[in-house]
Amino acid sequence: MVRLLSGWGRTAPSSAEVVRPEGVRALNGLLVDQHSREWPTDHPSIHNDRDDPPRMIPRGLGRSYGDAAQCAGGRVIDTSELNYVGPVNPQTGVVEVGGGARLEHLMRRALLTGWFVPAVPGTRHVTVGGAIAADVHGKNHHRDGSFGQHIVTLTLVTPTGRHRISPTIDPELFWATVGGMGLTGVVTSARIQLVTVATPWMAVATERFGALDEVMAAMTDAEQRYSVAWLDCTTPSRHRGRSVMTLGDHVPADEVPPSLRDARPAGRSSAFGMPFVPPVRLVRSRLLQASNAQRYWRTPRRRSTTIEAWWPFFFPLDGIANWNRLYGPAGFVQYQFAVGNDRGDVLHQAVSQVAAADLPCTLAVLKRLGAADPGLLSFPMDGWTLALDFPVGPPALPNLLDRLDGLVADAGGRVYLAKDGRLRPDVLGRMYPRLAELAAVRRRVDPRGVVQSDLSRRLGLEAGRS
Amino acid sequence: MNDAFGRPQSVVVLGGGSDIAGAILDLLIAGRCRRVVLAGRSSTSLAAAARRAQVGGADDVQTVSFDASDPTGAGVVVGRCFDLLDGQVDLVLCAVGVLGDQETDEVDPAAVAHRIAVNFGWPAAALAAVAERLRVAGSGRIVVLSSVAGMRVRRANFVYGSTKAGLDGFAQGLGEALRGSGVELHIVRPGFVHTKMTAGRPPAPFAVSPEAVAEAVVRGITNRRREIWVPSALQAIYLVARNLPAGLWRLVRQ
Repeated sequence: MVRLLSGWGRTAPSSAEVVRPEGVRALNGLLVDQHSREWPTDHPSIHNDRDDPPRMIPRGLGRSYGDAAQCAGGRVIDTSELNYVGPVNPQTGVVEVGGGARLEHLMRRALLTGWFVPAVPGTRHVTVGGAIAADVHGKNHHRDGSFGQHIVTLTLVTPTGRHRISPTIDPELFWATVGGMGLTGVVTSARIQLVTVATPWMAVATERFGALDEVMAAMTDAEQRYSVAWLDCTTPSRHRGRSVMTLGDHVPADEVPPSLRDARPAGRSSAFGMPFVPPVRLVRSRLLQASNAQRYWRTPRRRSTTIEAWWPFFFPLDGIANWNRLYGPAGFVQYQFAVGNDRGDVLHQAVSQVAAADLPCTLAVLKRLGAADPGLLSFPMDGWTLALDFPVGPPALPNLLDRLDGLVADAGGRVYLAKDGRLRPDVLGRMYPRLAELAAVRRRVDPRGVVQSDLSRRLGLEAGRS
Repeated sequence: MNDAFGRPQSVVVLGGGSDIAGAILDLLIAGRCRRVVLAGRSSTSLAAAARRAQVGGADDVQTVSFDASDPTGAGVVVGRCFDLLDGQVDLVLCAVGVLGDQETDEVDPAAVAHRIAVNFGWPAAALAAVAERLRVAGSGRIVVLSSVAGMRVRRANFVYGSTKAGLDGFAQGLGEALRGSGVELHIVRPGFVHTKMTAGRPPAPFAVSPEAVAEAVVRGITNRRREIWVPSALQAIYLVARNLPAGLWRLVRQ
């Protein structure tokens, strides 16, 4: 079925034939190259060129913000049927899951026996395959690393067949796949190493700060496993950098208050949802300023600790279903970048340039990152990451983000491709210098260049490949 | 590919010698555009536009010449433009048109037929070919230069105005037909624009420069506006103008 697809930011839609293989065998039939075969299809583009297989890219739950999981005029492989979630091995904590399994299902299953996924992003509506493809990080990256660092083995289907890979078996293909934005093929299953947690409760400490340096210092000193800070980028300049830091730890069994001992926090679905795309943007600057001020002043100046359930702590983005629709027909972008620990100046510059341009930054989130893994396109690197949300529309925004690209690249930093819909090909190579290695691995497992996305074409990753 | 702000990397301009097209192309090249095909009547202005695109920073600029008085050839011209970009076209700008001379045209049947061919027949045939190719590609943008002259046709330029009315209607319908295909069509309706086409004529109220049109077009593309009026006040004015009784319209504008 030909469908119009876009990322979570709802920008740059493109149409593709969406197919949903019911299992690995069906997926093999779709993807694995067999000589002189016909490629039956509904999409008109493919009738023109019967010799060549259509371009394809896997897609999970569509939570990449930009154009990573779409393939204009080609075929998009919906992985939602590959949703097996196995039992957790009680001795080792290893669990086998399908590439299309939702992180939410895995986490609920694991928590029943006291296990937890060691790296989770801000929404639980992502698939395991997507989490591997984006090598997602959580609020504990500085301690525990990214999702890809907890994969024991994974199975990947490419146009040359099935590959069972790990950091020791075909590490080149493994680290091209972890963080590889789906460009090596389809992850059909993975074995993941979980960690134990004593209770499903979180001890959450919050504290507000008046300046960016203060909150960065506090985050550096924090001993908690999880840390994140929210910045208010909509205030007048004298309040610039004011922020709210949130720290968290799993609560040990003996510290759960008696009132909660018998309670069981279940991951609940969102209470509210945005049922349609409004004709105009509902996220307005004034509204935002008011709610940001309220959020800031509501937070105590002295650190205070409360006990919370795990899911609102980990998944603040899941409070309102389809909140991306609030941005109206033009959609929104998120600019997330990382720089080293000694490049706090880039964070300051980004915040002050956004403020100087008077751009409506709807969300700004600061996190610490630990050591990078060997993923060729993997985003996390030792240092800081700042994510900034903006509605599409302000004329100054595209050029401002282009200027920030330059600052970030000059500082040895990078932009997160899972959030990206606008980076330039020439800047990509400065942020991710190992593109030639990626191209070599892709040539090996996909000699005809079948696996492509709108993102890979926009960023010039397909140029000269064919 | 077009990016999240609708900035294309490769562009085909039909009517490449047009001043408005040149101004739009300048902004697209300042954005992400690196590959350009300019198609137009073989002329010094087409060559000048190609040089301007190169100086602006495009890596790959090619030209295609065609005769817009033959609408049946439009499909072939579009095919050549797409082939020069290996089929990877993110945005097509259609800026084909001539103003003509109302006083002599309106009494000359051959001139009327020619204006209709150049301003409506050729662009419509070309848009049909463009739409089909972009639909197959699964994404893309089409920008059609219409005019407020077609929104309520005036006695003083009804030959030109009626051709733009026809093209505008065709583009509206085509935009609807492309819904859900990944291809978005933008109709641009400027008022009086100071260009070589209008040189020597007395400017109408709300006259704008080609640069102002270009800025409005880029903004409209980013915001996914289907209709782009320049200046934007003309939208409200023409809402009234279109519904004025003929007697009143005669008094207001001649």
